[in-house]
Amino acid sequence: MDLKELYRDVILDHNRQPRNFGPLSPVDTSADGHNPLCGDRLTVYVQLDGDRIRDVHFDGKGCAISVASASLMTEAVKGKDRAAIRHLFDEVHATLTGASEEPPASLGKLAALAGVREFPARVKCASLCWHTLNAALAHECVPVTTE
Amino acid sequence: MTATALAGRARRYDSARVRADFPIFERQVNGRPLTYLDSAASAQRPRAVIAAVDHYETHLHANVHRGVHALSQEATAAYEGARERVRRFLNARSTKEIIFTRGTTEAINLVANAFARPRLGSGDEIVLTRLEHHANIVPWQMAAAATGATLRVAPIDERGELRFDEFSALLTPRTRLVATAHVSNALGTVLPVARIVAAAHARGIPVLLDGAQAVPHGGADVQALGCDFYAFSGHKIYGPTGIGVLYGREALLREMPPWQGGGDMILSVSFEGTTYNDLPWKFEAGTPNISGAIGLAAAIEYLDSIGPAAVRAHEQQLLATATAALQQLPGLRVIGTAAEKAAVLSFTIDGIHPHDLGTILDHEGVAIRTGHHCAMPVMDFFGLAATARASFGCYNDLTDIDRLVAALHKAHEVFG
Repeated sequence: MDLKELYRDVILDHNRQPRNFGPLSPVDTSADGHNPLCGDRLTVYVQLDGDRIRDVHFDGKGCAISVASASLMTEAVKGKDRAAIRHLFDEVHATLTGASEEPPASLGKLAALAGVREFPARVKCASLCWHTLNAALAHECVPVTTE
Repeated sequence: MTATALAGRARRYDSARVRADFPIFERQVNGRPLTYLDSAASAQRPRAVIAAVDHYETHLHANVHRGVHALSQEATAAYEGARERVRRFLNARSTKEIIFTRGTTEAINLVANAFARPRLGSGDEIVLTRLEHHANIVPWQMAAAATGATLRVAPIDERGELRFDEFSALLTPRTRLVATAHVSNALGTVLPVARIVAAAHARGIPVLLDGAQAVPHGGADVQALGCDFYAFSGHKIYGPTGIGVLYGREALLREMPPWQGGGDMILSVSFEGTTYNDLPWKFEAGTPNISGAIGLAAAIEYLDSIGPAAVRAHEQQLLATATAALQQLPGLRVIGTAAEKAAVLSFTIDGIHPHDLGTILDHEGVAIRTGHHCAMPVMDFFGLAATARASFGCYNDLTDIDRLVAALHKAHEVFG
């Protein structure tokens, strides 16, 4: 178990300078995520273009793993449709929990999270943003019309 | 031996010998010797406690207060002997005032249900402080919700000390109870409990003290404190989990209805009615945690054998040394700087989240607590979601502080 496996350069970089950070306006759907164990809170903001995520941002406070994971996620899911995001989440989850031996090539930069598997207490930190994105997509605000 | 040599010997605290009493330190964590700085969450057990529980389980076990057979009598004697040991530890007047519970949480819930609820009505108030552990908040919220009473919260200052004048101002003719920590678990602040009790009693208001974090650091004398209720947990004073104590003044306990019903808390039962048992058994429904009580008595005996005052002095030295050492580290901020503190050191480091600190320190064999410490209102006051917390026990020494500091340097290294 090597700390450098967990805190890889990509993780530290995205923690220091999170991408797509801050609220998004207008927003089609958003959700709040909370990890009561460590007090992490984050909000995921989504702009949709039909079935596809046109833009996605996040903000909040959290540990390096949760911030970096959220930052990497926003980069990875932008432009993807729901089916592709679901598939990606399954691959990320398998990588975090050690269910898959090697992270698949399709993960791209998200593979930097693979070190989390050696630190079971931290899996929730890395997956919080994904659960929050799922929640946002699940209760996507459908514009209400009176006509 | 000269008197001076004797005095010197009495003063010198042999932490290595104390540490050797705790078998957990024979193991390594992540390939390194264990530096355990999380005693405020749960303390480790000395061999004496493990042996007492083992002896009971091996040789004495039977149900208590029931059989005429030898085992039941011996188990009862051991269980009631443990109660007497706790009475002596707290300097209570009588064992009738010592109720075994699952822990501090259950003790507070007992008072909330059997003492507070019947006395609370709409517009009545319970006064707490901002420093409370969730266990001394939520039971009162539940009692308030059920009765229409409200909670009033005494504020703290930037050092994490109670604003005593504002606390006093909250005491009104509508105040039915003051419930406060003796020592803050998140910050280590020792509350001015003598003044709190005096101010409340001057207005005829009873006081419950949550002593979970106080008894490990020097014990408690309930007669000197003058409080009406005092609660603590076994596992924070080197005893087992699942056992704790509620001390209550006999006159109040006598007036209170039972909380839970069942066996052991009755004298006679018929479908027409039930006669409740005497104190303290009226509040101990069902078969109690017999081995836990025996383990707790062994823990108290152990703590007394080292001397609570000696432990406290040793821990205070560790606290002062650790505070000075940590304040040298770049970006480190100590949270909770009260004039009087127990051996609890909460801190943050700029740019490194407490949870990351926890993982890196653990990797170095250093166990600390990270998070909100079940005291979210305290964290909110300081505008934090979490802190890192190092807490010290009788087995810690200066080497542990060196290892903590080295591990914090490592964290800086990892985070660049």
